[in-house]
Amino acid sequence: MALVLDNLYYTKTHEWIKVENDIGIVGITDFAQKELQDIVYFGIEESIVGKELKAGDKFGYVEAVKTAADLYLPVSGEIIEINKELIANPVIANQDPYGQGWILKIKIKDKEELKNLLNSEDYKKHIGEA
Amino acid sequence: MLKKTPFYEKHLEYKAQMIDFFSYLMPISYRSIKEEVLAVRNNCGLFDVSHMGRIEVSGKDYKEFVNYLITNDIFSLKEYQACYACMLYEDGGIVDDLVCYNLPERILLVVNCANLEKDYNYILSINKKFNCEIKNISEEVCQLALQGKRAEEILSSLTNDNLSEIGFYYSKEIKILDVLMLVSRTGYTGEDGFELYFDRSYAHKIWDALFEKDSSLMPCGLGARDMLRLEMGYCLYGQDIDKDKNPLEANLSFVVKFNKDFIGKEALLKIKEQGLKRKLVGIKFADKVIPRPKMNLYDSNNSLIGFITSGTFSFSVNCGIALGYVDINYCQIGNKVYLENKKEGEIVKLPFYQFGSIKKSKKEV
Repeated sequence: MALVLDNLYYTKTHEWIKVENDIGIVGITDFAQKELQDIVYFGIEESIVGKELKAGDKFGYVEAVKTAADLYLPVSGEIIEINKELIANPVIANQDPYGQGWILKIKIKDKEELKNLLNSEDYKKHIGEA
Repeated sequence: MLKKTPFYEKHLEYKAQMIDFFSYLMPISYRSIKEEVLAVRNNCGLFDVSHMGRIEVSGKDYKEFVNYLITNDIFSLKEYQACYACMLYEDGGIVDDLVCYNLPERILLVVNCANLEKDYNYILSINKKFNCEIKNISEEVCQLALQGKRAEEILSSLTNDNLSEIGFYYSKEIKILDVLMLVSRTGYTGEDGFELYFDRSYAHKIWDALFEKDSSLMPCGLGARDMLRLEMGYCLYGQDIDKDKNPLEANLSFVVKFNKDFIGKEALLKIKEQGLKRKLVGIKFADKVIPRPKMNLYDSNNSLIGFITSGTFSFSVNCGIALGYVDINYCQIGNKVYLENKKEGEIVKLPFYQFGSIKKSKKEV
């Protein structure tokens, strides 16, 4: 069983976002890391920091032993930080996907967009673990 | 309905992540593929390989039958010796790759899980001319692979037999604890180690005893198994070899013995005479490039020269590695090849991992 936390929003493409005031912290779900198996590296350009991106935009990709997957932004906004620790040691996303394994922080442009995301119950249904 | 091996409860107890592998529920990994691969390379790991198919052939002329069925030469084997071989269609395409054990009064064929039914029916169809006894013993017999440089030490602590007498690709019927089993010095990892074949009713007893004997023994899943075999350049049926590939282009000539008759021989002789069109090669990439099966390969002029059949990031050599078929005119070691995205790889000599503990002094058949 994959771990799904209640206080997060989820995408159908298995990203999560945690909202703290108008800042969003984004990562990949426990289900995603289990599907990927051992993560080898995150292909995320440093240059996206400071950029304005839209909900659904591809902001990078993740390469794992089993497969590769593109990463998509849950909401629109300005990227303010990338987790350098994770880039240096990608396996953290396998070990602690909702904590130390966060990928980036974003200044959320429009909180209304959060309504388009899945809550924990919806996400559990989405991955067939409701 | 998914099938379970007799070790299923152990996999759950050891917190494995289970996957559907050709209708078997099998562990893909327990902790992480990396830890499991490195444990086998540096210490010892245990794999449940009970999903493999096990077929026994006996009766009148059983050796003649198997010798006709497979590419390697059964008659060159001593009693209890094993060999790796291919089973071919008439056109030289590969039905399966397998291990054959020359046991007293019988031969044990160990085949791929996904191919068991196909193989069994194929063997029955060829058997019409021979009338041997063909028995599928896959269900009643389970199979473990203990792999790594400490395998002999760990297994020795559970038996009075001298395991060092079992040479590479030899087997022996001995008691581990008090369970009589077939123990062979085989595996598919490039490391020294043993495979154990025994009655499924003892599965938990043997599993528990091995882990009790050595707390550093690592349970390993199919993810690690796949990486370990690829690091050695060993073929996987369904990816590197199949009915549309022949053993000559797949670098398996060493198990094809033309001095005897076998199914597919005529076709292979013709292929040999006409010259190979392509060859399976090992390709090494940079550390941030992970080649994947089905990716195309190009030369520096962007001409298509082949495709990848197996690819991964290797934790033993720390870079992307792949097996793939490359045009015969371009398959020399040292040649550069390119993926669709222009990432460069180099054709290298196999194996990728050079430090396996396999007993190379014992000649492989």
